[in-house]
Amino acid sequence: MASNTSLSLTLKIWRQNGPNDKGKIVTYPISDISPEMSFLEMFDVLNDQLIKKGEDPIAFDHDCREGICGACSMMINGQAHGPHRRTTTCQLHMRSFKDGDTIYVEPWRAAAFPVVKDLVVDREAFDRILQSGGYISVNTGNAQDANEMPIANEIAENAMDAAECIGCGACVASCKNASAMLFVSAKASHLAYLPQGQPERNRRAQMMVNQMDEEGFGNCTNTGACEVQCPKGISIKNISRMNADFLRSTIASETEI
Amino acid sequence: MKLDSKVPEGPLADKWTNHKFNLKLVNPANKRKYHIIVVGTGLAGASAAASLAELGYNVSTFCFQDSPRRAHSIAAQGGINAAKNYQNDGDSVYRLFYDTIKGGDYRSREANTHRLAEVSVNIIDQCVAQGVPFAREYGGYLANRSFGGAQVSRTFYARGQTGQQLLLGAYGALNRQIGLGNVQSYNRREMLDIVKVDGRACGIIVKNLITGELERHAGDAVLLCTGGYGNAYFLSTNAMNSNATAAWRAHKKGALFANPCYVQIHPTCIPVHGDYQSKLTLMSESLRNDGRVWVPRDKATVEKLQQGQIKAADIPEADRFYYLEEKYPAFGNLVPRDVASRNAKYVTDDGLSVIPDGEAVFLDFTDAINRLGKDTIAARYGNLFEMYQRITDDNPYQVPMKIFPAVHYTMGGLWVDYNLMTTVPGLYALGEANFSDHGANRLGASALMQGLADGYFVIPFTVGDYLAEIGPGNTPGTDHPAFQEVEQSIQAHTQQLLGINGSKTVDDIHKKLGKAIWDHCGMARTADGLREGIEKIKGIKEEFWNDVRVPGNDNEINFELQKAWRVADFIELGELMCRDAYNRNESCGGHFREDFQTPEGEALRNDAEYAYAAAWEWKGDDQPHEMIKEDLNFEFVELKTRSYK
Repeated sequence: MASNTSLSLTLKIWRQNGPNDKGKIVTYPISDISPEMSFLEMFDVLNDQLIKKGEDPIAFDHDCREGICGACSMMINGQAHGPHRRTTTCQLHMRSFKDGDTIYVEPWRAAAFPVVKDLVVDREAFDRILQSGGYISVNTGNAQDANEMPIANEIAENAMDAAECIGCGACVASCKNASAMLFVSAKASHLAYLPQGQPERNRRAQMMVNQMDEEGFGNCTNTGACEVQCPKGISIKNISRMNADFLRSTIASETEI
Repeated sequence: MKLDSKVPEGPLADKWTNHKFNLKLVNPANKRKYHIIVVGTGLAGASAAASLAELGYNVSTFCFQDSPRRAHSIAAQGGINAAKNYQNDGDSVYRLFYDTIKGGDYRSREANTHRLAEVSVNIIDQCVAQGVPFAREYGGYLANRSFGGAQVSRTFYARGQTGQQLLLGAYGALNRQIGLGNVQSYNRREMLDIVKVDGRACGIIVKNLITGELERHAGDAVLLCTGGYGNAYFLSTNAMNSNATAAWRAHKKGALFANPCYVQIHPTCIPVHGDYQSKLTLMSESLRNDGRVWVPRDKATVEKLQQGQIKAADIPEADRFYYLEEKYPAFGNLVPRDVASRNAKYVTDDGLSVIPDGEAVFLDFTDAINRLGKDTIAARYGNLFEMYQRITDDNPYQVPMKIFPAVHYTMGGLWVDYNLMTTVPGLYALGEANFSDHGANRLGASALMQGLADGYFVIPFTVGDYLAEIGPGNTPGTDHPAFQEVEQSIQAHTQQLLGINGSKTVDDIHKKLGKAIWDHCGMARTADGLREGIEKIKGIKEEFWNDVRVPGNDNEINFELQKAWRVADFIELGELMCRDAYNRNESCGGHFREDFQTPEGEALRNDAEYAYAAAWEWKGDDQPHEMIKEDLNFEFVELKTRSYK
């Protein structure tokens, strides 16, 4: 796979030394980049050069590098995870760029995702939303035999479609309001589809939406950018489904009063 | 030291039941008085933490990721085995037990493996109750698929993301306990050492990866659920940050490390494509159902292929070497992982690689597409083909895939007894971090099963026995001098790393280490090669401590410093892997010694001398390890030679 078309690029990368630093774009020219490299491997090469020059390497989150852990989180030329649909940053390859390109790389930007350093942001707000109710309450050992509750194939498939969310935060980063509705509704829908999820269905939606608001995420105005940028193709239909559950739970709680 | 496996007496099928009854209990009111530390939040860690908190224990979890959900269990593709016998095809607990023992080439502990098979059925029930969306038949019942090493269909799956869905289930259970205040969750923390007082584990020191600060945590028991050590090889299918530091630090504090040479090398991965490559990507084993593995028969053809003068499709049938089909007519392309990997190595060693400057063989779907149609193949493997194309830019519907084996899983790990306790009282190891259930080779879809078995259904019983023994409130707090002492040694180690200021990056040295272990302790090993490997690794250690450059400081985000810690430990572990492989004068499972093979080139076990687990004891810097044997007394299974001809 020898390639005679190595790339020379101009990288414009956001550097920010901690949450209170103002931060700025810094320009890094880089050459001899193989088109077969992944985008993050290009960052490895750049960091290797920075370290050898005695400079501070660029901090970025990454782990599995196969598109499933949800750690990587780069805004590339203004698009979450770069130019391709249904592709995480770690699965993006340099053959998607041309020799001489200038590439802007920035962190996710949202009040609820403060920058930790450079391209690393704090996404623990997502964890706290799920801690508020994104589960089925069943203790270990409580379960009946798995086949005692048949679940139609298409129900399981729908639940799986919603469950594929990797919690990367691209939806928030892509939303002009920095809303987390796609993320929250994916979890709500996954469990709402399944019979096991019914007892807590409305309460779950309410708890998670309340926590989402508390974390400072914006409101959803149905522009749909989240769905386009989601690397797992999570549908915004989940948002309407959750809104219905939320409404039901709100009405129920008002009736009680 | 004498090893006591604590395997209970009695018939195989009754051991676990009897043992559970004999274990001491902690009364419900006392449980909250105990603090349990869980390091790692993959399948083993998340399931253990959630289950223990449900029981009423006070639990803290630690992970180096920014969220517990990102632990590398998330990346497992294929599925999880369970002896449900929903297919009515003759499965049973005993059959799953037997397949696992045999698949591990008779090098695991019978009692542990049987318990694993027993609780496998409960795992599926638990996961379904949590909302894991397993694949379903149209009637609504759970679907199964077949996997290697078994003649029954017992693998449950959620598309190609089974690990993700199981982990999200366990993470949900964990989140519930965090929300209830029963679990304290600490993210972006890396465990750097355990703290012992009077010989037992009483806490850990972790580094806050954001601030650089060291934090002390005291606990009545410490559970290491920190995964395997495949990243010692630098290139593997593991996540970039998977590391062995927690396990290795525990080892240096007295926990024996067992069978480090047992490493699983998975045959179907996307090959290495350059020096800058950071990791390898697995292509599911299921592809070998319809793909045919081949290379050109002669070097002249290989040369033309490598130079781009001809394409795979131009090579006539007679000039193709379908080496697995020719050598193993009975199993063909579906031989077990170790056999498939080794044979790919043989043909590329003979100069028959299908790529220039590297090693790869073809996995060809042309015949299957002609026979079944493109749509059928797309329905079976569409997502894998898409992933392959995204990475390589080749379309596997039109040209054969190029694949090569890669390090995938480590069967070795911290030695544990039947209760999952290491040789340090109060210190446990669960999941891939321990050595116990898979012997010398793990069957596909059994890693997820073991992680969850340990976390949901074993540790909640066994840890209570120890806690009841020590009593509540008897563990020293973080003001004990032992914490201070360990913290100081960590600071000294860190300052040493930061002060070297050499010319090589951590990755430069890690790549060199990885290549040395791969070359000498990889798919095929020899006594001479292992001796050479040990010498090379000693040289690499020298180079590391004299010439590595770790930039930055200790009081900030410093991923390079963290990598340096991990690589320093991988170097020592790499040497032990070679020593263990050198000691084991036989071939078994993933450990293939070229000097111990049958005339046909197959693995030659030596049951008379090596039917034991090799548990290594750290004796101090610059001292050789001491090996302690745990004899594997096979009471119930007859040892046989595996044959796939």
